[in-house]
Amino acid sequence: MWHKLGSALLVAAAVSAAACGGSGGDSKEVVLVTHDSFAIPAQVKAAFEQESGLKLTILQGGDAGETVNRALLTKGNPQGDVLFGIDNNLLSRALDAGLFEPYAPAGLDRVDARYRLDQANRVTPVDHADVCLDIDKGWFGSHGIAPPTDLADLTQPRYRKLLVVENPATSTPGLAFLLATVARFGPNGWQSYWRGLRANDMLVVDGWNEAYTARFSGAAGSKGNRPIVVSYGTDPAAEVMFSKKHLTATPIAIVPGSCFRQVELAGVLKGAKNVEGAHALIDFMLSRRFQAAMPESMFVLPVRNGTPLPDAFRRYAVSPAQPLELPAAEIGRNRDRWIDQWTQAVLR
Amino acid sequence: MGARVVLGGHEALAGVDLDVEQGATIAVLGPSGSGKSTLLRAIAGLQRLDGGSVTLDGRPLAGVPPHRRGIGLMFQDDALFPHRDVAANVVFGLRMNGVARAPATARVSELLALVGLEGREHRSVGSLSGGERKRVALARALAPAPRVLLLDEPLGALDRPLHDRLVTELADLFAEIRQTAVYVTHDVAEAFALGTLVAVMREGKILQVARPERLWASPADAWVARFIGLANVEERGETSFVTRPEAVVLGPAADGDAVVVAAHRDGPVVTLRARYDDGREITSAHAGLAPPAPGTRVAVSVDPDAVVEVPTAID
Amino acid sequence: MDTGRPTLSRGRTVATVIVPVAFLALFFAFPLAAILKRGLTSGGGLSLPAGTSQLLWFTTWQAAASTVLTLATGLPLAWTIGRFRFRGRSLARALVLVPFVLPTVVVATAFLALLPDGYDRGIWAILAAHVFFNVAVVTRIVGGAWATIDPHSAEAAAVLGAGPLRRAREVTLPQLAPALSAAAALTFLFCFTSFGVILILGGPGRATVETEIYNQAARLFDLHAAAMLSLLQLGAVAVVLAVTSILEARAGGAGTLAAEDDVLRRPIGWERVAVVAVLGVGALVLVLPLALLIGQARGSWGALFQETPALLVEPWQAAVFSLAFAGVAAAIALTVGGLAAIALARRPPGVIDGLVLLPLGASAVMLGFGFLIAFDQPPIDFRSSWWLVPVAQSLVAAPFVVRIVTPALRSIDPRLREVAATLGASPSRSWREIDVPLVGRAFAVAAGFAFAIALGEFGATVFVARAEQPTLPVAIFRFLGRPGAENQGIAAALAVVLAGLAACAALAAERVADGRGRTL
Repeated sequence: MWHKLGSALLVAAAVSAAACGGSGGDSKEVVLVTHDSFAIPAQVKAAFEQESGLKLTILQGGDAGETVNRALLTKGNPQGDVLFGIDNNLLSRALDAGLFEPYAPAGLDRVDARYRLDQANRVTPVDHADVCLDIDKGWFGSHGIAPPTDLADLTQPRYRKLLVVENPATSTPGLAFLLATVARFGPNGWQSYWRGLRANDMLVVDGWNEAYTARFSGAAGSKGNRPIVVSYGTDPAAEVMFSKKHLTATPIAIVPGSCFRQVELAGVLKGAKNVEGAHALIDFMLSRRFQAAMPESMFVLPVRNGTPLPDAFRRYAVSPAQPLELPAAEIGRNRDRWIDQWTQAVLR
Repeated sequence: MGARVVLGGHEALAGVDLDVEQGATIAVLGPSGSGKSTLLRAIAGLQRLDGGSVTLDGRPLAGVPPHRRGIGLMFQDDALFPHRDVAANVVFGLRMNGVARAPATARVSELLALVGLEGREHRSVGSLSGGERKRVALARALAPAPRVLLLDEPLGALDRPLHDRLVTELADLFAEIRQTAVYVTHDVAEAFALGTLVAVMREGKILQVARPERLWASPADAWVARFIGLANVEERGETSFVTRPEAVVLGPAADGDAVVVAAHRDGPVVTLRARYDDGREITSAHAGLAPPAPGTRVAVSVDPDAVVEVPTAID
Repeated sequence: MDTGRPTLSRGRTVATVIVPVAFLALFFAFPLAAILKRGLTSGGGLSLPAGTSQLLWFTTWQAAASTVLTLATGLPLAWTIGRFRFRGRSLARALVLVPFVLPTVVVATAFLALLPDGYDRGIWAILAAHVFFNVAVVTRIVGGAWATIDPHSAEAAAVLGAGPLRRAREVTLPQLAPALSAAAALTFLFCFTSFGVILILGGPGRATVETEIYNQAARLFDLHAAAMLSLLQLGAVAVVLAVTSILEARAGGAGTLAAEDDVLRRPIGWERVAVVAVLGVGALVLVLPLALLIGQARGSWGALFQETPALLVEPWQAAVFSLAFAGVAAAIALTVGGLAAIALARRPPGVIDGLVLLPLGASAVMLGFGFLIAFDQPPIDFRSSWWLVPVAQSLVAAPFVVRIVTPALRSIDPRLREVAATLGASPSRSWREIDVPLVGRAFAVAAGFAFAIALGEFGATVFVARAEQPTLPVAIFRFLGRPGAENQGIAAALAVVLAGLAACAALAAERVADGRGRTL
């Protein structure tokens, strides 16, 4: 029955989306401002619209950092009602600027405490993912080299010319990996680690897109020749789920101890036109339905306890219990400086 | 009447008065820069007048835009529409006047026959020869039966035989259809051949309007005389004496007071130039086949009736 | 000077000027000024960020090198298309536009796969990609102009004893000069403000002014640095445009348009070999990356019609949205650009002609930011309106319309209008009968260009697009950004669709243009 209703709503939603361009002035509308990686299945969107009686409009453009910057740009008169996609790395910047109105949504009690990064509830956690070192199992197998088992291994000569990383100044996972090395090697040791990586001929690219789809040998359809890449812990699952052939094992493994926790949060923007609608949307984001749909559409893991995962994710997605972490405030204080130091150590 | 045009601070037309009778062809003759083209453009309405007026059949044309004047214009470089064929070019004016298709097509054929291009309706403009282009331009200008046809040095760029032939054809044509025309040229022979009246222009003014014979017999002043080819102009202060070349006879004589210095044939006559011992020169037009050759000593005899006294300059 | 042109009524004159100026003022100057003001008043005075001079130097010389290479590559193609009639000529003209319209992300990724290791980043990759994109500009602009040059002058020179090289230098080149400098200026402008190519193929550490503006504004949120760099870029672009337009004004004469039918001829003798060779190499170069894309898309065609979590609509619908938006954008660009062209054509070529391209020199991200803060209050709070997308696209397309149509309008012999007037054509009738058919071809070409540009536009669209109405470039970008072979395959398939649509649009414009060019 849900299925039929869902399809009917889907048709209605598709027709209305295609037909009416939207004069953008509906009072029964809630606007979500988010980044390019946000994705929601049409049925789930339709379900929200039906439940709440609101039309959901999504504005996307750029990555998480750019999205936050756009919100900073339009502070006080925001483009939308809810901002989704701020992560623990950018949190302090947004909180300091006073972008959000506090709100404690209904399902918050079902969220694990370690994801609740703001006690004042200005932001609500919605999903988490880890940025890890992904390796191409097949490559290591066919070249007869044992894959690295630890971050520190990468400076060894037998892993020369095998690593591709993203520039932390321009890439969110790149930044996360930089923070991982700071967490692992400490504020005084991380720079020499990177110098070691540089000496080992690692490749630096600007974005995840190029790193993963063009340089990483383990991505399906890629002509890349580097079997180690900074990417996400959910990629082993994604490669299985979206492969063209049916796979019984995942081609991608994670280097243990290399993961850095990323939590993604949402908040009600100060000055939002439809505050009630914003509350309803954030409530919905913590609902079982939305949380269950997230892995397949966004390659992230839910924060709500007890949410069922798709098969491939259950089997192959990696999210260690003790990942590398840094306090959000410390990140906020030092991030720009660390990026500058990284640029000096690696690019100059 | 009293037409004045100032272009860039320079008086292109300075008080020009010109009357054109219906059915007549007036040739406006003058050197380049004399304002002939400006005059035509002013009549056509393409050039604003800074003073004076243009009237047609008694009706003043001030404020009437060019497309409503019923005045045709033919340029020196044809200006045929490159994106249309011959028939489309010719029919253009008829279309603008709302003539129906059938009568228009008939008129096009009529005109093409008139100019000697029957059957060429669908040729593309680019494939025509120079003479053919002129004829098409003419047919196009004539098609809407303009009350006055203005021609701006239309035969300038043609080879001699074609040029002469077209001059004759034009003259016959205008007479036949009784077209009122104003024909601008710098070529004296053309003006004389075509114009019932010839108006001589210089520096924005009309110096003389007269029939060709009259012009030749008594030019208005020394400059006009020289311009139309009366080479023997002797200036003595306020007046000048003009002697027609055909009235000068050079007879070979061993004791003559001049020597022939140049001779060249110009169609039916040979133009001879002789120099007196005191340095003056005189030009003679000799009809016949045995003119004295250069270097021959000749005696000069002038018919006294052929000498005209004219003011050196009229203001 | 004597006004040889019968003037349009005062009212009409005013309209041709007011509409484009108002459009530009509202949708370009106003948002840009807003964001610049925000940036300049956020502290820092008038100082440029460190390293700006190296930035400027790199930006300039890579653009110059790209321009030279593009001219060298495009001229042979322009020669074949501009001089000869052969089967498939229309197709060739249309296909050459396709690289131009592909989103840079797609092409850059294809190049990454295509070029050998070690050359796939750095200056050679950048130059290669720039040539790939911009050869269309040279081929169409120069080829188009070549096809209207009367061959008689070259023949006259030949008879006077000038050999082929001499003729090329002394007769053809001067006549082509306006088109050549127009093509060079456009190419330089594109390469100077190039973004996606530098970002992806330049590698980290390689930055131009444009990428740095993006970096400062969108990533680091240092609006002051971004604003200063934007002003610098605008200034540099304005200087380049002013200089080239002055040179162009001096070099070009009005000249009469020859009808194309009379100019084109079949190639004979060695020319046939040359034509085949040029077309062959051109096809290879232009088709290789596209073939790569098609290979990547294999097996994903069915997925275009399925729901996917990446988009709120089925992927094929992005094509529908793209076509709709591009249509509206092209219409806006043709109207605004056409009116501006009419106004410009009345004056002799000058500096303003060049400055028309200035909107292309403004950074898309700054403009997008400007939209966000300028159009946020009533009565002009349309930053969420759907029609802002085609407006943003038309800002990029309209300058092309002006640049293509204005020279065509100017080269109409003013005598033709005078003759028409004496034959009884009122100014508007004369406009319809003379000007319109004679520039009809240029106008159709402009329409094709405008539509194709709007189709492939990404930089400005991304700021104002809504997720329920993705365009093809936006959708491609979304799929590229997701792991999994299927997603990458869909991205490639959509890119092929985009390429196909652009080619069809260009072909259709060709057909219309040919129709007008022929004599009745």
